[in-house]
Order: sequence, then structure tokens, then C-alpha cells
Amino acid sequence: MRHAHAVRVGPVGFRVGAAWRAPVEALAALYEGYPEPEGAIPDLTVRLYPERPWRRWLRPSVAISGDYWLPDAAPLPLEQGLLAAEMGMNLQVALGWRRHLLLHCSAVERGGRVLLMSGASGSGKSTLATLLAMNGWRFLGDEFAFVSLEDGRIHPFPRAASLKNQAIAAVRQAGGTVGPVIEDTPKGRIGYWRPPADALARMAETAPPALLLFPRFGFAEAVEPMAPSEAFMRLTQASTNYVALGEAGFTALSRLVRTVPALTIDYPDSATGMALAERLWSEA
Amino acid sequence: MTTPVYAADPPSARAVVELDELVAVLHRPSGATHLLASPAPELLDALAEGPADARTLLERLSRRYDLIGSEADAIEARMEELVTAGLVWRA
Repeated sequence: MRHAHAVRVGPVGFRVGAAWRAPVEALAALYEGYPEPEGAIPDLTVRLYPERPWRRWLRPSVAISGDYWLPDAAPLPLEQGLLAAEMGMNLQVALGWRRHLLLHCSAVERGGRVLLMSGASGSGKSTLATLLAMNGWRFLGDEFAFVSLEDGRIHPFPRAASLKNQAIAAVRQAGGTVGPVIEDTPKGRIGYWRPPADALARMAETAPPALLLFPRFGFAEAVEPMAPSEAFMRLTQASTNYVALGEAGFTALSRLVRTVPALTIDYPDSATGMALAERLWSEA
Repeated sequence: MTTPVYAADPPSARAVVELDELVAVLHRPSGATHLLASPAPELLDALAEGPADARTLLERLSRRYDLIGSEADAIEARMEELVTAGLVWRA
């Protein structure tokens, strides 16, 4: 690969290589201030390469690959090269990481305890985590919660938060800086929010989970407790490596749902979602 | 028609965690996770003494639990569900 950037986010060392300069420069700018992989050896490698050799110049089209790959990952136009790099990093973690139980959750910490929020794309978990991080919480990540297999503590993975469509406006309205913004992606408009310096400085500092929320954006305000067995079932589906981990994953997940209360929250707008999260946290 | 006799892996083949009314079971030989409602976990344990038909299983359960209104037919239906889940097989 002609161009490359190495970066460590939480426990994961990445090396992103590309046939083009632009996506790597954009990635280096977004991850400015992040450390290098420990011992300069990356855990996971992402490769962005032309779909066909001539596509490096002619209507450049970025295919994503790495140590682990999906055969049907669609290539992206070069203007979306940063998104391709980010998607590649997510994919490599989702398919390749085995040292923690991975849950598709956002995570923030306050008072030494972690709030986890699990939901599909559009649930608002990234937006809520970002807004909470702008209000005194420590940002641990908006995409994956890394659950320790030994003691269940959550390891930060403070990647830049990936905000979609109206979430960009919601974070800007709250005073946050979102950029760069990529238009017309397969997921619509995507903007990146850089975690504060504190989140980067403390990216090795783990904390135990204390509350698990399953948010749903766009519904009238409602809170429902969730039985541990339902949380267990939902989180097996929200985990990218539960099956691969075997009994270690079973032990970690059953410990999490038995020790951490779970609730579904419906909310019509970000302000209500924030207020709900704060109130439920104070009662947890 | 002969009564089916059921068998299961020994309890050591399973990791079991009680969550609420449901019990999470990891079946180690297959790596599959199951969420089971009573009396399925108790029936699996009752097979630890060896293969048995529904009537024998009912006797084994009634030694340990106060069973009200349980019938061999109902036990057999639960056993067939466990066969489908891959936790039990017909011996």
C-alpha cells in the first residue's frame, strides 16, 4: 500500500493502508493526537484499494479489505474514502477481535461507572453518547463496547463518533463541532465528532458497567424495565463475536445481564433522551 | 407404538446460568446457547441418571419436586422440543 496511517484506539492498534493519499490524510487528521499501536505492531489491518487497477484514476472507487472481509462489501467513491476507512476499521474489529466480548453499544462513564446504550442504526445511541459526553460524561465509544472476559469491565474504544443525518444538527445545536461531513453516503449524511482530550488521555482506563439502556428514537416518551433473559437474547444479537468466543462469551454476557439493570427507553427528541438517561442513571 | 426413550449429554456438557424465569444454557459440544423455561432444565438434569422415557422422567422429577397435574404426555412434548433444540436425542 502506497499510503498508510497507524493509530491506537483503546486496546486496538490499527494500520490503514490505501492506494490513495486523500483517505489516509483525512484519517490522520481525524485521529490527530491518538497514540500509535503498542510496539508499533498493529492488531488489525485495513486495506483500501482500487476496485480495478485503472479505477485508481478513472472514477476512483474504493474497495475495503483487510485480514477479515465480507465478500459483498460495496465499494465507495473516493470522496467517501474516510468513510471507507472507518467502515474498514469497524469491520476488522467486528470480525477479528477476540480479546473482549464486543457489543454493538455506545458507552459513557461517570463516577467510575459505565452507561451502555444498545440499539440498531437510527436508535440514537451515538447521538446520546455524544451529547452526554458534552455534558460531563466521559466518552468511551459510540460503536462498540469492549467487555472484559475476565471481570466484565468496559474498555474504552473512543473512536470519533459517527453521526448521521439529523444527529449532526442535534450535536451542533448543543454546541458541538462536527466535521468532516460526508454527503450522499449509503447511510445518508455522515459527520464525525472528535472525542475530547480527556477521552483520549484516559483511553486505557476501564470501568464497570452500571446501567444498560435500549433507546428508540422517534417515539413518545416511555420507559420499560427489561428482563435479564431478554437483555441476554438482544445482546447476543448485538454482539459481533459472541459465538466465536464460545464459553468465555457466554460467561461474560450472562454476568453482565445478571448484574446490570436493563431498560428500554423511547424518546421523541434528543433533549428528552438526555433527560431520561440522566434521570434513570440517578435512580440506578 | 413404543414409548420413546430419551438421552442427553451429562450435566458437565452444559454451562447453566439462571437469569429470571428463563435459564441460559450453553451446550458445550455444539457451542449453541439456549434460553430454557421450566421444566426443560429440570428434565435435562433428570436425564443425568441415564436414558429414560417420559414416565420414568416423571418419576425422577417427582422425587425432587412437588408436581401438580403433570402428565407423561406433557413431559414427552417438552422432550420433543429439547430433541429439536439438539439438547436431547432419542436413545
